[in-house]
Amino acid sequence: MSGLAKVVSHRLFWPIVMLLVLFAINLVAFPGFFTITVRDGQLFGSLIDILRNGAPTLIIAVGMTLVIATRGIDLSVGAVAAISGAVACSIILGSPEPGNLATVAVAVAVALLISLVLGVWNGFLVAVLGIQPIIATLILMTAGRGVAMLITEGQILTVNSPPFKFLGSGFWFGVPVAVVIAAVVFGIAALVTRRTALGMLIESVGINPEASRQAGLRARGLLFAVYTFCALCAAIAGLILTANTAAADANNTGLFIELDAILAVVIGGTSLAGGRYTLFGTLVGALVIQTLVTTVYTVGIPPIATMVFKAAVVTIVCLLQSPTTAASISGFRRRLAARAGKGLAAS
Amino acid sequence: MSNVTSENTAVPRSPVVEMRGISIGFPGVKALDGVDFRMFPGEVHSLMGENGAGKSTLIKALTGVYGIDAGTITLSGAQVSFSGPAQAQAAGISTVYQEVNLLPNLSVAENIMLGREPRRFGGIGWRAMRRRSAELLAGLGLDVDPGSLLGDHSLAVQQLIAIARAIDVNAKVLILDEPTSSLDADEVAELFRVIRSLRDQDVAILFVSHFLDQVYEICDRLTVLRNGTLVGEYLVEELLRIDLVQKMIGKELTTLDDLEQRAHAVVVDESDAATFVSASKLGRRGAINPADLPIAAGEVVGLAGLLGSGRTEFARLLGGIDRADTGELTIRGETVRLRTPRQAIARRIAFSSENRRDEGIVGDLTVRDNIVLALQADRGWFRPIPKKKQDELAQSYIQALNIRPGNPDALVRNLSGGNQQKVLLARWLAIAPRLLILDEPTRGIDIGAKAEIQKLVFNLAENGMSVLFISAELEEVLRLSHRVVVLRDRHVVADLENDGLTVDSLLTLIADGRVASDDEALAEIEPTPTTQGGTR
Amino acid sequence: MTELLDAPRRTDGRTPRPPHGPAGTGGRRPGWSGSSGSALARFGSAALGLLTSPKYGPVTVTAVLFVAVFVVGGIRYRGFFSGQVFLNLFVDNAYLIVLAVGMTFVILTGGIDLSVGAVVALSGMIAASLLQTGWSPAVVIPLILVLTSVLGLLVGLMIHVFKVQPFIATLAAMFLARGLCYVISQSSISIVEPTFVQLAVSRIPLGGGLSVTPSVIIALAVVALAVWVLHATRFGRTVYAIGGGEQSGLLMGLPVARTKVLVYVISGFCSGLAGVLFTFYTLSGYPLTAVGTELDAIAAVVIGGTLLTGGYGFVLGSVLGVLVLGVIQTIITFEGTLSSWWTKIFIGALLLVFIILQKVLTSRRR
Repeated sequence: MSGLAKVVSHRLFWPIVMLLVLFAINLVAFPGFFTITVRDGQLFGSLIDILRNGAPTLIIAVGMTLVIATRGIDLSVGAVAAISGAVACSIILGSPEPGNLATVAVAVAVALLISLVLGVWNGFLVAVLGIQPIIATLILMTAGRGVAMLITEGQILTVNSPPFKFLGSGFWFGVPVAVVIAAVVFGIAALVTRRTALGMLIESVGINPEASRQAGLRARGLLFAVYTFCALCAAIAGLILTANTAAADANNTGLFIELDAILAVVIGGTSLAGGRYTLFGTLVGALVIQTLVTTVYTVGIPPIATMVFKAAVVTIVCLLQSPTTAASISGFRRRLAARAGKGLAAS
Repeated sequence: MSNVTSENTAVPRSPVVEMRGISIGFPGVKALDGVDFRMFPGEVHSLMGENGAGKSTLIKALTGVYGIDAGTITLSGAQVSFSGPAQAQAAGISTVYQEVNLLPNLSVAENIMLGREPRRFGGIGWRAMRRRSAELLAGLGLDVDPGSLLGDHSLAVQQLIAIARAIDVNAKVLILDEPTSSLDADEVAELFRVIRSLRDQDVAILFVSHFLDQVYEICDRLTVLRNGTLVGEYLVEELLRIDLVQKMIGKELTTLDDLEQRAHAVVVDESDAATFVSASKLGRRGAINPADLPIAAGEVVGLAGLLGSGRTEFARLLGGIDRADTGELTIRGETVRLRTPRQAIARRIAFSSENRRDEGIVGDLTVRDNIVLALQADRGWFRPIPKKKQDELAQSYIQALNIRPGNPDALVRNLSGGNQQKVLLARWLAIAPRLLILDEPTRGIDIGAKAEIQKLVFNLAENGMSVLFISAELEEVLRLSHRVVVLRDRHVVADLENDGLTVDSLLTLIADGRVASDDEALAEIEPTPTTQGGTR
Repeated sequence: MTELLDAPRRTDGRTPRPPHGPAGTGGRRPGWSGSSGSALARFGSAALGLLTSPKYGPVTVTAVLFVAVFVVGGIRYRGFFSGQVFLNLFVDNAYLIVLAVGMTFVILTGGIDLSVGAVVALSGMIAASLLQTGWSPAVVIPLILVLTSVLGLLVGLMIHVFKVQPFIATLAAMFLARGLCYVISQSSISIVEPTFVQLAVSRIPLGGGLSVTPSVIIALAVVALAVWVLHATRFGRTVYAIGGGEQSGLLMGLPVARTKVLVYVISGFCSGLAGVLFTFYTLSGYPLTAVGTELDAIAAVVIGGTLLTGGYGFVLGSVLGVLVLGVIQTIITFEGTLSSWWTKIFIGALLLVFIILQKVLTSRRR
């Protein structure tokens, strides 16, 4: 196999090509695309915007990657994001000193703790009761927004708390805080799953549950771990989203973000059938989605129509991954080879 | 499709089905190689063979599930070529599969009639449908309400309903694939009554079963396959059971010279080799009747028996793969009930499944990951085996077991069967087991790898490891085992020191459940659940 | 309740047997087995048999639940026990009934359709924008139904031919439909076309001061048609067969492939029709409308007794499911102090209860 063929057959080849094409389109439409300027010690530019706006999706997609690797899915992340935002904002609003750092710390801690409970709940339904993941998490997806509204009492909670706002739109050594948080979550996930045996065991359960059971793996604990981690990621993303607008909107915080996250995972080359996963692929996938949104914007299409493009991307990726496509391509190759063979024999 | 022309065969009655020179290949395997097969009307025919003999492939070729690479199929004198089960069924070949292929969520009447249901006003004629299915059920002597849900009936009744469906298409040929595997004695009798009445209506019936007694009770003629080739066609009344078993199992053609020295029973002296593990009255309903089995340290115990005899089922209980519902295990004096494989592994019992693909390898992981998997699972995820240690483990097993390719980063699914098997062995050896249970470790792998694995078992036992070895090849069992336990129809029927045992004496036990009368020195065990295993 | 349902009825009036079959399970239910002479015991075991059957169990619970909630509402609130309150359950939820019918077909095969809410919004947008430019409703409505059916067809082909998971394929359709909504217009378009408005506001009197909208009649017609199709046609039985075991259905010679694609066409058609009915209700098209409606439809189907793994369930059960959701909404309105978000929490809780009930019923069978 030639070097080129090896590169093309790498599973990150197409996602990266997709990202580069999007970059190229942007560059044509907006020559200053790659320019990053420093203003008041803070970084600005289109790329920075992509990173910052894509951070919540990336954070959730990291958790989602691990869930999908176990043959699961978590539809409730949007609702969990809404709940955590609602919890944090209501605590900050209820405190006499909303601007106090300690208040914000408590609010964030409580929001994250509650998300852990929600994650354990999902894990319980999947691992102990054995309910299909898509169904199990559908319950929280439905009820979760109601719970979030219960917490906000149906209002959009606007908070005036600089430390909280810092989470969403602040800068840390010139880098947007959201990007820093995303990098930390990504780094921890990569480190924990690849430096310990967690990643391998998760993949093993996703690839062949029965063989894993016979090898002595405890799938139950792993499932609890991934669903809890995914809920935690969702809560972190929810806090960033809420802090960014300084308002908790139970209806719209994290709306459709579960779909973006799943999309990022799929584009990144992790199969929805479970098994081998790549966090780096998910990173690329999240960037592709966010760049797509930005591109649609820079090219001058109403930004709201990005969903049509997302639909196209999902469809193309699914069709490329489809066994039917693989079979027809290999059939085509075989026919080609057969024809070549015949030609050889004839000559 | 074929280049073989069908000839007229000179038999008194002309066969309803005649298959000639059937060959079917799958990637890497030749599943059937030039097999001939025929069935006569009004006759119960049995297809016999061990795992991988090609029985189910032949049936699927006949029912149009698989296309054939070479050969011809003739039905009632006309050559046919089916492109799917529906076509075969329309031509009069009906199949009742082992796992009842009916719909538990629909009514009995629908399960019998759907696909060719009576019509009324553009919809289904429910009344006609119920009436017709009631007639069919009555014809089989079954008292079942056609309107009831199929899932509300026992498996035996479902099986008979499946037969009712099959004969409604005016079947010339009825194929019953292991119909009795989950039935009790009364239910089998009921089934046989139905089979006989169909036979008397001139239907040709293909009856596939692991139970020799049943084959001898109901069948007129049988065909034996082995490793995808035809061994022969025989009249049941003219074939002794022992000959049948011998034909099914066959003699291994290649002798492995370097393993000529046979493991002798004297190696283990009862006084100083403590019993490592001992099963007492260990059993599971529908899988294996309660049985005892002591295994000493450093002892190789062979399990012999046909497929479906309970050999795998028993081993799975010992390995904690399935939960026993009676009896218990004593491991080094401690009495335990294994509930999960994890508990077995914690006690250093390793079970290597015969189903390499579904229960063994984790295909998309690397050779290294597969080797360390059980060890890592035992340690827990937060105590990772250091990368360096993993590489050492992988390298040493790759060398010791001669795993090819020797690249620890290769994905296991890309390895050959024999090398996958060696990776699995490495996985289990890595946890340093005290008891290694090997279920058909040499099946479907090449002869070189086979010899290596046999040698390995031998060496492991020399070093004090207990091994429970299961194989369909009796020579292999005899060559490696200190003791041989024989199973038949889910009972342990004999537990013998491997001292002067021969393939023939084992064959007799497997076929008849007792040794030949001139050989009474060894055992005289009846296949009853309570008295087995006592000869030791 | 069960005799309303669209499955072959037992002719002999026997109750379903306990799930373990006739042999060897008598001892599993101490208390009932010994007292076969007592009428109470017989009634008890009949009721237990009904409840433990995966076919009738969940829908029986739903029926009891609906009656109970309605009675509680009647006792608590003045004016709750009126015929019009009951009829309004249909008036307010006509579109959801149609959606649930389509979803029932899909879920019976073991699939799922996440695109229905977005397709409802899309058909509203198409209707509003085309009517605005002067098209006749007689053209617009059939056009919508054709378009949404074609969308369903594409989804079905993606699922069947390319083996894409239903969840992901319908997700793509959902994105597409929502996106197209925004492409049509980013803001609300109201409908003033006289025929359309006439259809929307007219009431059909039922006597005694009661009335329903034409939408209710359409929805009930769809339900009746669906009951007939599922109960009495080969296509309908194949839908059940796919849910019970696709492989078995294939071996029985049933048209599995065609049916698997067609259920998504039906769901697409129903979503389009539901969109039209919803537009009658709102008289406008708005891109962000009906977000999350797919969850309501799925919840109604599940609460109505259809197993999410497919194979068991009834269209009339789904209608009952919609009514349960509707009556909860009504109670929350009557209560006044309870806020609307409780609806979602109640739906989630009900969903949980019914999913666990399904799990218990199906795992006991094996």
